[in-house]
Parts: sequence; structure tokens; C-alpha cells
Amino acid sequence: MDFTHSDDRQMLADTLGRYLAQKYDFETYKRIAASDVGFSRETWAALAELGIVGALFDEAAGGFGGTGFDIAVVFEALGRALVVEPFLGTLMAGRLIGDRTALIERVIAGTSILAFAHYEPQSRYDLTELATTAVRTDDGWVLNGSKAVVPQLEAADQILVSACTDGGLGKQAGLSLFLVPADAAGVVVRGYPLIDGGRGGELLLDGVTLDPDALVGVESDAYEAIEATIAAGIVALCAEAVGVMEVLRDATLDYLRTRTQFGVPIGKFQALQHRMATVALEIEQARSAVINAAAALAGDRWHRERAVSAAKFTIGRVGTLTAEEAIQMHGGIGMTWELPLSHYAKRLTMIDHQLGDEDHHLERYVLLGAESQAAA
Amino acid sequence: MDLNFTPAEEAFRAEVRVFLAEKLPPRLAEKVRTGKRLTKADMVDWHAILNARGWLANHWPVEWGGPGWSVVQRYIFDVETALAHAPRIIPFGVSMLGPVLMEYGSEAQKQHWLPRILDGSDWWCQGYSEPGAGSDLAGLKCAAVRDGDDYVVNGQKTWTTLGQYADMIFCLVRTDPKAKKQEGISFLLIDLKSPGVEVRPIILLDGEHEVNEVFFTDVRVPAANLVGEENKGWTYAKYLLTYERTNIAGVGGSMAAFDWLKHIAGAQKKAGRPLSADPYFAARLAKLEIDLENMKTTNLRVLASVAHGGAPGAESSMLKIRGTEIRQEITALTRRALGPYALPFVSEALDDGYNGEPIGPDYAAPVAAEYFNNRKLSIFGGSNEIQREIITKAILRL
Repeated sequence: MDFTHSDDRQMLADTLGRYLAQKYDFETYKRIAASDVGFSRETWAALAELGIVGALFDEAAGGFGGTGFDIAVVFEALGRALVVEPFLGTLMAGRLIGDRTALIERVIAGTSILAFAHYEPQSRYDLTELATTAVRTDDGWVLNGSKAVVPQLEAADQILVSACTDGGLGKQAGLSLFLVPADAAGVVVRGYPLIDGGRGGELLLDGVTLDPDALVGVESDAYEAIEATIAAGIVALCAEAVGVMEVLRDATLDYLRTRTQFGVPIGKFQALQHRMATVALEIEQARSAVINAAAALAGDRWHRERAVSAAKFTIGRVGTLTAEEAIQMHGGIGMTWELPLSHYAKRLTMIDHQLGDEDHHLERYVLLGAESQAAA
Repeated sequence: MDLNFTPAEEAFRAEVRVFLAEKLPPRLAEKVRTGKRLTKADMVDWHAILNARGWLANHWPVEWGGPGWSVVQRYIFDVETALAHAPRIIPFGVSMLGPVLMEYGSEAQKQHWLPRILDGSDWWCQGYSEPGAGSDLAGLKCAAVRDGDDYVVNGQKTWTTLGQYADMIFCLVRTDPKAKKQEGISFLLIDLKSPGVEVRPIILLDGEHEVNEVFFTDVRVPAANLVGEENKGWTYAKYLLTYERTNIAGVGGSMAAFDWLKHIAGAQKKAGRPLSADPYFAARLAKLEIDLENMKTTNLRVLASVAHGGAPGAESSMLKIRGTEIRQEITALTRRALGPYALPFVSEALDDGYNGEPIGPDYAAPVAAEYFNNRKLSIFGGSNEIQREIITKAILRL
């Protein structure tokens, strides 16, 4: 048993933490997050230069990391600084296109940005409730459908899209993946700002014609790969959430020590002390959940999926608690745009709305448990 | 990062399993598994079996008869014995007094008392709480006044667990009524057979005689039974509380109890299906299992830090809170799982040799009583509110 990171991974975390502390302060965040583009190409290039994108992929894919713990240390640091750059989409799409060497090289170098467009307006958090279709033609493929709330969609020059290829809508069998150039005819992107900073977008695929080699992986057999890359995305979001939680905890503790009412720091009041102790205790549980999920990412499917659903459930529950308590204990000032706190609270709350919320993952955890009993 | 146990630790786990398979009497395991009442003889027997193997005081150093295990080995032992439904080790002598004597006792005290803890010559109980000193323990009043070669003790202790079986009690007594309250306390070993000692039962809400009141009226205690220095008892008391905390989360016990809960939820029926397949109950079970899995890792993180030379500090308070909350939730869901059959309670059904027909499912008899009994978990050992105070001061520094 060893709960410390390897030297290389610790160095990666330190490098990223230092860079963000110097170059991505709260004012920078606010400027970037509220900008028209919703991220900074300059920052993206600098982080790629530091090797942060490469750390998300294993050596076979041209990177030098890619384990659950590599992802976790990177995203925890990103969470601490509220980084809005397109790491999540790049991580999830990049792990699915590992055999496209030239493209992944450009991604790791920071010159190409990927988005992963899977969920649809009607699918909510379900992985198979899809209506987008891809039909084979003499010249390749034609795609029709729409994809919902894709993070940093406008930033991407290549969009990895899931679609049903054998007419079996809403089923695991029949899912395929396609790499769609953002400038292809029939690709319509409707971008918008997000409440927690940065931008997202709706993707409309209106008779998009693609070359035969746009198909990624095996036709009609992409479900398992999609589930696995979403598991990696969940580890990333959960680790990001722990980074956000620790900032919220520290800011709230600082406030409890310095804000005085009735002649004493409000942290002297037991009503607040015990609530804060509970928040601190729950954050440790959340960190343990991330460790469990990161460790399970390389394991067999059943253990991996149980661990990531357990983690996402825990993060949803503890994240909401931490965000709400941080605002409440700050009182009126916690409601203001001016304070970093409120922005961290928004990000933490919205993480529960990505890749499945607390309820979704609790239900999924139950179903996975029943699966194992049926198999036994 | 590596969540796996080393091959040596896995080999140790196998060794523990072989030991349990060979030496844990099936009769005892069955009683623990089904929640039957353990007798004093049951507990003494199990201590003797462990002691014969040198595993009773498993956190003691080798020179005093411990096995020299790492914290990880102790964790593995705890989990394996719990999963095998072994009785728990009674902590008062082994886990509480032993470490205090080793750290602060005189050579003569160590030579005399430590071997007697191991071989069962003395059954110890703990004299800390008083009617007026619960969470505010330092407010205790039970007084010891020096008179020649003796102390004369007057006062009362309460919540004395299994005191009805005990030969000896280690007590916090006030020796300087004028000093600041923490600075006038001493740590005294008292023979319960002394004239002037009276042990009276307190019956708890489950009908069980588990705790007692102990009254002292002009009880003469040899001054040789003072541990360490007079008026330094508070330091020793705190040491006792912080020493043996690697098991405070009670992971092994909760794992075994959760398995039993799943068994019951699978056997109970709702609308013709197992209760465990009911969406509402399944969600409760899942939340509990996720909490337990998270706590197991939190516990291992604390153990790993201890193994690398860190001291188990206020993290223990987090583990105590979450560990007891989880255990209480397990007992609450087990009670809930029984539906109406939580109500019948035939106390004799928990005794050896009871031959009556079970009322309802055969696992039902002890369940509601165990739920009520386990309300104690968040109260004793420093209530969970006191643990939050410790977190507030030591971790949050508010």
C-alpha cells in the first residue's frame, strides 16, 4: 500500500500547480471564462508545452501518462485554478483515437483541439439513448442528428461523434464513432456561455458527409470504448471536484477565522464549527472515492464501472454539501460575483451535471451490483 | 499510488485465515454471526486461544509478549477476525491499560500487571466517566486522599462496561482538589474486591446488563498502585485515548455486519421479490456500501501515514465519526429490513441452549436490540460531537 505519487507524477503536479499559480490567477480566470471564445489559446499552448496534455495519454498513444492517477493529479490542479480550457473533451476523445498517430501528436502538441460529442438532448445521462444516425454510402458516411451541451465545442477543430450505424437506436450494439472536422458541410454549432465559466455548444449534424476513414474503431462496436472513455472522464471530473472542494474549504476556514460578529470570529461558534468539521470529513471521503476510481480505471470493466459510479455519486453528494455550506457560512458576501468562492461553488455544483449526476450513478451502482449477482 | 497489499501482507492474511479455520471454535463463530449473547467464559476462552498464539496483545512490542506487527498487519487481523465472526478482543486491559503501563508504569508494575493481562489473571475495566463528568471528563470528582502507604478513595464511576466480570479497575481520581481541573487528576489501579467497593448494574434499553455503576466508600488502595506521578493522570488518560486508534473506524466489524445485512435483505421479500431488489431499499444499501468503501480507503490512508512514521492524530476523530455512523446505519437498515418481525423480542432466544421455535425468520431475534444497543457508538469513546470539537481545534484550527 502506498498513497504517495511517484516522483514523476508529483513533479508533473508541482509544475502544473506552479504554472497555474503564476499565470492563471482569479482575475485571469474571470477574463478568460467570460471571453467570447471561452478559453485561451495561449494558455492551452503553454500547458501543452508543459506536457500537461501528453500526461493524459499513455505511451502507445504518444503520451507519457494516461493512468487514472495521472488524470487525477492533472485535473485536481485544474480544479484548484478553475481552468476552463478544453481538457475534458480532449481527454475523452483523445483516448478513443489513439491509433490516429498524426492527429494525437498534434493534440499533445496543442495544435489540434478535440471535443467528444456523445450525449443528446433526449438522452440526459444515458449512454445508449441516442438518435443520431450514420448511414453508409458509396462514398463514405452520412450523419444526421444532434448532440447536447458539449463542453468547449467551438474550440474543437475535430469532433468525435457517436452515432447509431445498424438501425438499432437506443441499444449498446450498433454504436459507432466518427471523427468529424468542425468545418465539414452540414456541421452546425450553436455555442453559448456556461454558468460556471467557459463555453459549451449544441451540435447539429445535418446530412454531414464523411470519408470512409472517418469511422473510428470497429463499426457498430463502440459501446465498450465509449463507456471506458467516459469512466476516464468521470475520474477527471471527480479529481477536479476535489481540487475545487479544497479551495472552498480553505477559503471558508479563512473566513471563519477572520470574520467577526458579536465581538468574536464566527469560527468560535459551535453551530458553524460542527458543520465545518462535517464538510472537512466528507471531503476526505470524496478524496478516497477518487483514489478508488483512479485505481480501478485500469481494472476489469465491472470493478471499474462500480468504482467510477461510486465516486461520481460521492462527488455529487459531497460537492453539493461543500458548495452550499461554503456559501452559507460566508453569508451575504458568499453570494457575490466579486469573491472567487462563488465561482468555485458554481463549478462544483455543475460538475454534478456532467457525465451523470448523484442519482444517476447511485442507480447505476445498484444495477451493476444486480448484474454481478445475476452472473454469480 | 498502490492500493494493493504486498505479497508478504497477503501471506500474513493467509496465515491468519488458517489460524481462524483451525482455532476459532465454530460454536463461538456461530454465536457471533447470529448475534447470540456471549458469556464471560466465551470471551475468556477466545482471549486464551489468541494468547496461546501470541496474538492477543497484537499492538504490544515483542519484549512484552506482542507479535511485533505493523499497523497494516493489525488491520488485516482485525478484518479477517471480524469476517470470520470471531468475538472481539475486550480492550480494557490489552488495548487501554497495557500501553499506559508500558509508557508510564514502574518496572515493578509492568512486571506484575502486563503478564496478568495476557494470561487472563485479571479482567480489567475502565473507571473514567462519572455522573457529573461525561464529555467534560476532566470535571471528575471521585477523590483519592493519601493516608500513609495508601490512598483512600471516595466517589462514583459509571458506564463501567463489563465491570460485573472485572477483578480490577483503572481509575482517574482527583488527588488535588485545588489545582486546575486537568492538573489534579491521578491514575490509580484499584482491586474491585477491596472493602468499600460496590458494583451495581445499569440495564440498558435493550434489556442487557453491559454497563455498571461503581461506588467507592473509604476504599484503601496501596500507593504502589499509582501509575506514574501524582496529579499527572490526565496526560496518561489522553495517551490512552490516542494510543490505540488504528482500529477506531471498525472496518472489519462493519464489513461483516454489512455482509449479514445483504444476506437478510436478499432473504426478506417485498411484493414477491427480494427486498434487496426494491429500488428504495437498494438505494439505501448502495449509499451505505459506497460510504463503507470510501471509509475503507480513508482508513488505509491514515494507516499508511502511521506506517510511514506519522502519528494518528485528529484523523482518528474523522474515522470515529464516520465509522460509527456507518455501523449505526447498517444496524438501522438491518432493523428496517425485517419489517414487522423487528418487533418480537424473546430475550432468552439469545442464550445458549434455547430451543424455542424462532418467531419469523431465524435471523430476526437479535436485530432490533442490536440496533438500540449500537446507539452507544456515537456516544461513547468521546461522543461524535466531542470528536467534532477535536477536529475543529486540531485540524481546522478554529
